[in-house]
Amino acid sequence: MSILELTAMELGRKIKKREIGVVEATEAALAQIKTLETELNCYVTVDEEGARRQAAKVQDKIDGGMLTGPLAGVPMAVKDNICLEGRPTTCSSKILKNFVPAYTAEAVEKLIQAGAVILGKTNMDEFAMGSTTETSAFGETKNPWNLAHVPGGSSGGSCAAVASGECFYALGSDTGGSIRQPSSFCGVTGIKPTYGTVSRYGLIAYGSSLDQIGPVARSVADCAAILEVIASYDKKDSTSIRREDCDFTSALTADVSGLRIGIPRDYLGEGLDEEVKTAVLAAARELQDKGAIVEEFDLSLVEYAIPAYYVIASAEASSNLSRFDGVKYGYRSPNYEGLHDMYKKSRSEGLGAEVKRRIMLGSFVLSSGYYDAYYLKALRTKALIKQAFDKAFKQYDVILGPTAPSTAPRLGESLKDPLKMYLGDIYTIAVNLAGLPGMTVPCGRDSSGLPIGLQLIGDCFKEKNIIRAGYAYECGRKYEMPKLAKKAAKQEVR
Amino acid sequence: MGKQYETVIGLEVHVELATKTKIFCGCSTEFGGAPNTHTCPVCTGMPGSLPVLNKQVVEYALAVGLATNCSINQYCKFDRKNYFYPDNPQNYQISQLYLPICHDGWVEIETATGKKKIGIHEIHMEEDAGKLVHDEWEDCSLVDYNRSGVPLIEIVSEPDMRSADEVIAYLEKLRLIIQYLGASDCKLQEGSMRADVNLSVREMGVMEFGTRTEMKNLNSFKAIARAIEGERTRQIELLEDGRKVIQETRRWDDNKESSHAMRSKEDAKDYRYFPDPDLVPIKISDAWIAQIKGKQPELQTEKLSRYQTEYQLPRYDAEILTSSKHLADVFEEAVKLSQQPKEVSNWLMTDTMRLLKERGEEPEDLSFDPANLAKLIELVDKKIINRTVAREVFAEIFENNVDPAQFVEEKGLKVVSDEGALRDVIEEILAKNPQSVADYKAGKQKAMGFVVGQTMRAMKGKADPAVVNELVKTMLENA
Repeated sequence: MSILELTAMELGRKIKKREIGVVEATEAALAQIKTLETELNCYVTVDEEGARRQAAKVQDKIDGGMLTGPLAGVPMAVKDNICLEGRPTTCSSKILKNFVPAYTAEAVEKLIQAGAVILGKTNMDEFAMGSTTETSAFGETKNPWNLAHVPGGSSGGSCAAVASGECFYALGSDTGGSIRQPSSFCGVTGIKPTYGTVSRYGLIAYGSSLDQIGPVARSVADCAAILEVIASYDKKDSTSIRREDCDFTSALTADVSGLRIGIPRDYLGEGLDEEVKTAVLAAARELQDKGAIVEEFDLSLVEYAIPAYYVIASAEASSNLSRFDGVKYGYRSPNYEGLHDMYKKSRSEGLGAEVKRRIMLGSFVLSSGYYDAYYLKALRTKALIKQAFDKAFKQYDVILGPTAPSTAPRLGESLKDPLKMYLGDIYTIAVNLAGLPGMTVPCGRDSSGLPIGLQLIGDCFKEKNIIRAGYAYECGRKYEMPKLAKKAAKQEVR
Repeated sequence: MGKQYETVIGLEVHVELATKTKIFCGCSTEFGGAPNTHTCPVCTGMPGSLPVLNKQVVEYALAVGLATNCSINQYCKFDRKNYFYPDNPQNYQISQLYLPICHDGWVEIETATGKKKIGIHEIHMEEDAGKLVHDEWEDCSLVDYNRSGVPLIEIVSEPDMRSADEVIAYLEKLRLIIQYLGASDCKLQEGSMRADVNLSVREMGVMEFGTRTEMKNLNSFKAIARAIEGERTRQIELLEDGRKVIQETRRWDDNKESSHAMRSKEDAKDYRYFPDPDLVPIKISDAWIAQIKGKQPELQTEKLSRYQTEYQLPRYDAEILTSSKHLADVFEEAVKLSQQPKEVSNWLMTDTMRLLKERGEEPEDLSFDPANLAKLIELVDKKIINRTVAREVFAEIFENNVDPAQFVEEKGLKVVSDEGALRDVIEEILAKNPQSVADYKAGKQKAMGFVVGQTMRAMKGKADPAVVNELVKTMLENA
């Protein structure tokens, strides 16, 4: 068995027992990156030197007893919209190609304190706008299970890297499903925490009221451990929430007896791929067999989530992205006449088509005369969706369903029809609108071998419920690596 | 001249709050400093940075709102005002549109035509922008973000004013209230208080408002008065010519005493305001309001009446002394130490005002320690120095904040009341001026004044004039 097939927690334990060195694990991941990157393109930036330096330093601290946490020494990757001091942070956009932040995101800071070795920054849809990682200005990432397919998005680089052993875990961000959907397409586990649980300081905003950083890993246990590290109240983020219940690993009990699980009938209807449906219902049955109480119910309002989301997220994005103007940092057009021409050309040349589409959409819904009809209506819809979930969580501890209506589409298919791509977010988006925690756990593969993801949704601050259900489902299953990755992974566990 | 016109004026007043740090980050608000030294990722709009509200800004805004009889929005929010300009690093300004912190207040003003209430439509909090600096040598523009994120409140009045006098009275009133609260120093010249004038004219008796213009770049009360007169005349001329006033923003040029159009309503921007998702709504509890009210210092109107009753000062003096919070503070401190309100008031009303005027300074610029004024009063009281010397010493206190006792000692300014020494001097003067003695004897009283003057000069003013008078008289008579 290769080192690269270990979960983050397994590797952390072996590092602690001195069975594997931090440098050795880092070199194994860097070698895997070297072998696979030409095909997969998971990373925007690989920081070999920095990773090696950090690995040696972390090993010293482990040896000196200064680092004792379960993640100490485990090599990982960070989505490229999360700032890392002194390292390029591009959001996979030409406009930020040369941007080097002077500060590190709070979530990354927490991981560094816990002994993380950062391998590099992962590819994504430009400014996290997209569901395929094809809108990246630095080329699309490919799905390690089938190179003709997308890895999902926008955290496609993080999820593909975790799936293929190019890192042991990664950070992603989720505004409308950007952690859960690519986790589903790549066959890995990812959590979008309750809004306010992980500091957004240092996360380059897309839709500020919806964005959350979260973990992507090869097991529920890994995700729980990572989330435990990165969840923290941060006074630098006004939307950060002080929580006393962030001991997420305490929910890794494998016991679901009495856990009430509801399956929204609205999530099983038209548009859902039959194979996905079958796999999801099989997973539900398995949880039922393990003692959970599973039943179907009507959630309602599901069809309104997508339009509300695209209004709110685009509105916020149109304002959030206005700072990218060529004045202070990032790309500035080389040829311009005066200030307005500089703005116009820098933004026209520096931003991609999908980003421009959402900026235009957002500017439109906020413009005077349309604000009430679109933006305010979307906010009211958001409030109603939250109420529908509140009602559901009076009856259930966990809401279970598919993460995405299908498995990963082929490259090039989605961008041809953006409206269809937006509809693919139907099961994930409402979770962001309501601020809820949601998780994807792999639950099998379709007939063409592409992974299927099970989505577990909890009430606000009830990550433990979904971790409990996810872990119970995962127990007895072994993480399976895509063939091309397994073939490339040479470093065996001694 | 047939028709009579009425001027209708409303003001938008921006006041820079006196917080030590900026509204959404911990950077210093201190004036000056090399460009971009009081900056951080937040106030330079770096991606991934987030604003965190400075609580003191809310407290100042609340204090001003309560002192101007406003209702408080106990649930208020910040909104983003979106527009592209390089002095604004995020390309949106964080301000308040939908739920401003204070609304529907008023202040009372008094002019020659009597007392009047001016309505306050709202007060909202917002951040200031940076400054563009054009480099003529390099032919490029540079941005200094030191001011970016400095907290402001904008006080929007109702269109209740009808003359420049009322506008000035309203601004003076606001300035006093805000200075007294310690919320700002409100200096127009330095830009910590800025007023935009919205003005329209209408025929007397007409109910509807005319089309208004907004006048910017008004840096002094005088400029405001001139701009109001100028704009009123301009609008009336347009109407008399049968033309229309265009709704536009105009920029006042005080040197030329005229204004020019900056932008018309047609190219007014759509700011696409929406609630800032990076900031949480502000909930202002009754207890918080009560706490702010409890901390509220004595305001000018209260001081004005107290000075008249407690210190028996004339209304005019009390008005001058309370016309600046700083001046009132100096007064009260000196009174506390000297227990002589009349004396302190005299020094402040006469010498202090004269010296300020000579230097073209405002009472806010006073920098001496009130204790030194109290000591000076004591020195005069104990007849250690006389009034003439005291005025010299006061000028030194005013200028260099000297300790008067020490200064008097060092410069040997004590009153010479030693009669022997004085006698010697007078004798010498009489010897040198036999004509004066003769004149006096001949009944010319003026001659005595001359001798007294010569004696005071010889004593460099240090002699007690009463003693000198007495001695000269005796010695002349006995000469």
